[in-house]
Amino acid sequence: MSKAIIKIEDLKREFTMGSETVRALKGISFDIKEGEFVTIMGSSGSGKSTMLNILGCLDQPTSGNYEIDGVKIKDLTKNQLATIRNEKIGFIFQSYNLLARTSAIENVELPLLYNSKVSTEERRKRAIEALQKVGLGERLDHTPSQLSGGQQQRVAIARSLVNNPVMLLADEATGNLDTRTAYEIMSIFQELNEQGITIAFVTHEQDIATFSNRTIVLKDGNIIQDYKNHNIQSAEEQLAKLPKENH
Amino acid sequence: MRLLNLFKIAFKAIVLNKMRTLLTMLGIIIGVASVIAMLAIGEGSKESIRENISSMGSNIITIRPASASSSGVRASADEMQTLTLKDYEAVKEQATFLSYATPLVTGKGQVINGSNNWPSNIYGVNPDYLKIKVVDLQSGSMFTDSEVKTASKVALIGQTVVDNVFPDGQDPIGQMIRFNNIPFTVIGVLEVKGENTFGQDQDDVVIAPYTTVQKRILAIDYISQIMASAISEDDAPNAVTEVSEIMRIQHQISHPSKDDFSVQSMEELISTFSSTSEMLTLLLVAVASISLLIGGIGIMNIMYVSVKERTKEIGLRMAVGAKGADILMQFLIEAILISVTGGALGVLLGLGSTVFIEKFLNWPTSVALYSIVISFLVCAVTGIFFGWYPARKASALDPITALRYE
Repeated sequence: MSKAIIKIEDLKREFTMGSETVRALKGISFDIKEGEFVTIMGSSGSGKSTMLNILGCLDQPTSGNYEIDGVKIKDLTKNQLATIRNEKIGFIFQSYNLLARTSAIENVELPLLYNSKVSTEERRKRAIEALQKVGLGERLDHTPSQLSGGQQQRVAIARSLVNNPVMLLADEATGNLDTRTAYEIMSIFQELNEQGITIAFVTHEQDIATFSNRTIVLKDGNIIQDYKNHNIQSAEEQLAKLPKENH
Repeated sequence: MRLLNLFKIAFKAIVLNKMRTLLTMLGIIIGVASVIAMLAIGEGSKESIRENISSMGSNIITIRPASASSSGVRASADEMQTLTLKDYEAVKEQATFLSYATPLVTGKGQVINGSNNWPSNIYGVNPDYLKIKVVDLQSGSMFTDSEVKTASKVALIGQTVVDNVFPDGQDPIGQMIRFNNIPFTVIGVLEVKGENTFGQDQDDVVIAPYTTVQKRILAIDYISQIMASAISEDDAPNAVTEVSEIMRIQHQISHPSKDDFSVQSMEELISTFSSTSEMLTLLLVAVASISLLIGGIGIMNIMYVSVKERTKEIGLRMAVGAKGADILMQFLIEAILISVTGGALGVLLGLGSTVFIEKFLNWPTSVALYSIVISFLVCAVTGIFFGWYPARKASALDPITALRYE
């Protein structure tokens, strides 16, 4: 039995907007185990983004428990949360969020700059390894403007891997990409998952879910579905099935 | 380690925005350069005044009659007759901080040689005068003590007098001249000293034994000044105190406020004049400081824009583990780097323009080390001061909002 990376128990998050209280999450409980590839789905207003912020330690729940890799998040200070984000979580965003006019390798090195335990040499070494993992070993010195959208997202994935996180947290990571490139990115995620990396993938696209092994569906702040996927599609195979592009 | 990384990040941001950084720096550069140049001009003029006055004899002490009143009526210093030869003798005998002293009587008159004449001043002194004023002779010799005693009609003349009454290049030594119709034998010519700080021609002078001037020209028995020199420049203040005390005993004065004489050292004169130029320097520096302040505000402005512009980047940095303090430091270091680099360039520009001013405008300048140190420190402080607020704002951003910022 593999251990739980994420433990969530009766998680609630409320926002006060003027005199009204918006209950974005209304008491959610689930675990994510090591090696799982979970898609978290839901339409806008479902509490998906709030969930993501809490999972990513960018926000704290109003009540309930959230534990990541054995660390209780509640009552941590801002700085402690920053350290958790730095050491345990790898973020991937819809819009890549790479630093402009900054080379791929420097972008990937970024999280390690905030970790004083990593030396300059090791930082460089780990950044190169991460870029090789996503197939960009030849483009270390390219800046974002010299890379395609898919390549930029791969740099972002390399950046999320560089700190050896316990979990990758992707926020609509394929949202800005065409189907072909999206599948390419998904195949990278699948490959990483096969290597044992835990992934939580927040999306509203149905077909992305078919590549993961578990899906959690949120609606109005509650989980309405949480099911294992027994028929996992291979992104690589799907990619091969797509009609060849005419050049 | 961590700080070094933040330094690299800040440096990178500056390099990525070269043009903007340079323009931001410009305010600081001009501010620092003008502070340094202004101080250099101020110091330079102060030094040239000091040098000029010193060339008249930096340890000279003069005793003049002052503030005397007879039955409540105050007399002008020129008319006062309170200084006598006895005072001179007392000072000469008793003072320990003085090396030389001479009585001084002055008169105006016409110097005549044949058909040439020239209005000039006559100074009646003793032979120590040359040593006190640090004047050498071009030719001839000084009169002697015995010539003073006998009130001999001998005189030394300055170059201006020579030029005007001996226009055909004749050697004046041994010639007869008349001063207010009293004939004098010229026995020496003073070396050329040029104008002093007050624009007075120091070569337009006739020097004769004071006894001669007293008896034959002015027909007085008081003296107008006692001129002396302190053993050294450092001893001048002591000499002033000592001479004042001697004079008080001489004149039976119980309290310094009732002094009927004034004792002044050249040092005081220098400081009087320096203070004028110091005021001017202060004014110049104040103006220059304002431009430095404006430069600082420029930094604040740019840092604000920079924080706004990089909100998303800040969000990302926070998401991957940057703490508020890291962001604060990053922007603070950036502001300091801009201001300190601007400061360094400003120092160079300031030094350059100082050289330019000295060379091409022929203004005396003197770069004081303190002006460089101070303006540099001010720069660093400006960076911290004006960088702090925007940096603080950046560090207080909420990562979620910052990440979603478009």
